[in-house]
Amino acid sequence: MPRSSPQPVLLLVGTTKGAFLVRGNRARTSWSLDGPFFPGHQVYAMAYDGRGGRRRLYAATENPFYGTVLHTSDDLGKSWTDPKEPNVRFDESSGLSLKRIWQICPGPESEPQRLWLGVEPSALFESRDGGATWTANAGLLTHPHRERWTPGNGGMCLHTIVPDASGDSRLLVAMSTGGVYRSDDGGRSWRARNVGVRAEFLPDKHPEFGQCVHKVVSHPSRPGRLFLQNHWGLYRSDDWGDTWQDIANGVPSDFGFAMAMHPHEPDTVYIVPLQSDLFRCVPGAKLRVYRTRNAGASWQPMSRGLPQRDAYESVLRDALATDTLDPAGVYFGTRSGKLFASRDAGASWRQLFGGLPPIVVVKAAVPSPAPARATRKAAARKRRAPARGRRA
Amino acid sequence: MTITVVLPGYLHPYADGRSRIALRAGGATVRDALDALRVSYPGVSHRVLTEQGEVRPHINVFVGDENIRFTDGLATPLRDGSEVVILPAVSGG
Repeated sequence: MPRSSPQPVLLLVGTTKGAFLVRGNRARTSWSLDGPFFPGHQVYAMAYDGRGGRRRLYAATENPFYGTVLHTSDDLGKSWTDPKEPNVRFDESSGLSLKRIWQICPGPESEPQRLWLGVEPSALFESRDGGATWTANAGLLTHPHRERWTPGNGGMCLHTIVPDASGDSRLLVAMSTGGVYRSDDGGRSWRARNVGVRAEFLPDKHPEFGQCVHKVVSHPSRPGRLFLQNHWGLYRSDDWGDTWQDIANGVPSDFGFAMAMHPHEPDTVYIVPLQSDLFRCVPGAKLRVYRTRNAGASWQPMSRGLPQRDAYESVLRDALATDTLDPAGVYFGTRSGKLFASRDAGASWRQLFGGLPPIVVVKAAVPSPAPARATRKAAARKRRAPARGRRA
Repeated sequence: MTITVVLPGYLHPYADGRSRIALRAGGATVRDALDALRVSYPGVSHRVLTEQGEVRPHINVFVGDENIRFTDGLATPLRDGSEVVILPAVSGG
């Protein structure tokens, strides 16, 4: 990317009352807030897809009255599609009705037309035409365990999708409350993969399935190694989820939601522990991100620049993200509407914006530069148009 | 039989900007009217009904002044000239 690129970092921020786009300069010292987009709609899932020459944003909106729609923008948020007919729907024969899209997951680089969605009620939708049409995965839809999956506090949702970066036909998903499932045949069949993961809220603490998994992350350079934030419990797997080991070493609580992978270090993971399932605030009212650099052997608190008293904050499962720059940028949003950023891999932090609606998703992107002609047009527009939005 | 469907402002863009739609319904129930609506304005229909053909939880459908939840639901009968009013419920926030 050329150093002159004015806005190399784009944060996609979804809230319970609309979406925001936060644009940062290359140094990540200056930020502007644009939005709200889709005001009044809950936006639980957003994504950037830069594959195949695209610069596409996705936003899943949930209107409390009129249902859920998936929107796209190919001009980094200047305009969004508004499909007349909802584009993600269960077949009538399924007996299911879509409530919410929880996750938008672009597929591997080698398949730029392929994407997945994780939705509520728990199901996986797949597109093989760049998001034009979506089909519910039949293997999960008819899975014999389905009737025994039960909703967690956030609903019965499939919220995590982990493709195999090595290009194999393996795919892993996680749901609340159902646990981790893996397919080794491109999604035709699925097996529960929860050995070692506890279910504190069930009489049998180690069932085959039914765990309340909150998030799973994996580094593309280490396929098969997974990190898992559970509803009580931090785990690692080195065998694609066949077995899980406890890695809650030195954290104040192993309860939490959010988990994010360092973009360049496969042993570095970020989490935000919460006090408990009853008191879902950071322990001791000190807002701290914890980081491991040794795959969970130990965790260190990162607090410089974060409030260390009276901070009754919580960070939800998709509200913690990293960018792809070096040093890595790390970002998170709170349920109280504060957006924080670190441009030194978590060593120090600053609050970018506050007063936003409750933040439920943060994604970070480093969009490729616009084609030259479009850039000249955009520059001309910028000269003519007054600045808008808030700056930090 | 001709009936009129009255839409809230949010749904106007999905009905070519119209607030009232006159329909010729083949049958005599609210479901028949919404089926007819789906043919002309699927974007409206999908925002009022779920995939399972049920009225969304936070949408109310009235025939005249009567909420169909308290009559016969989608089987509520219509007469020639009936007005079907679609409104968001008092919820959300």
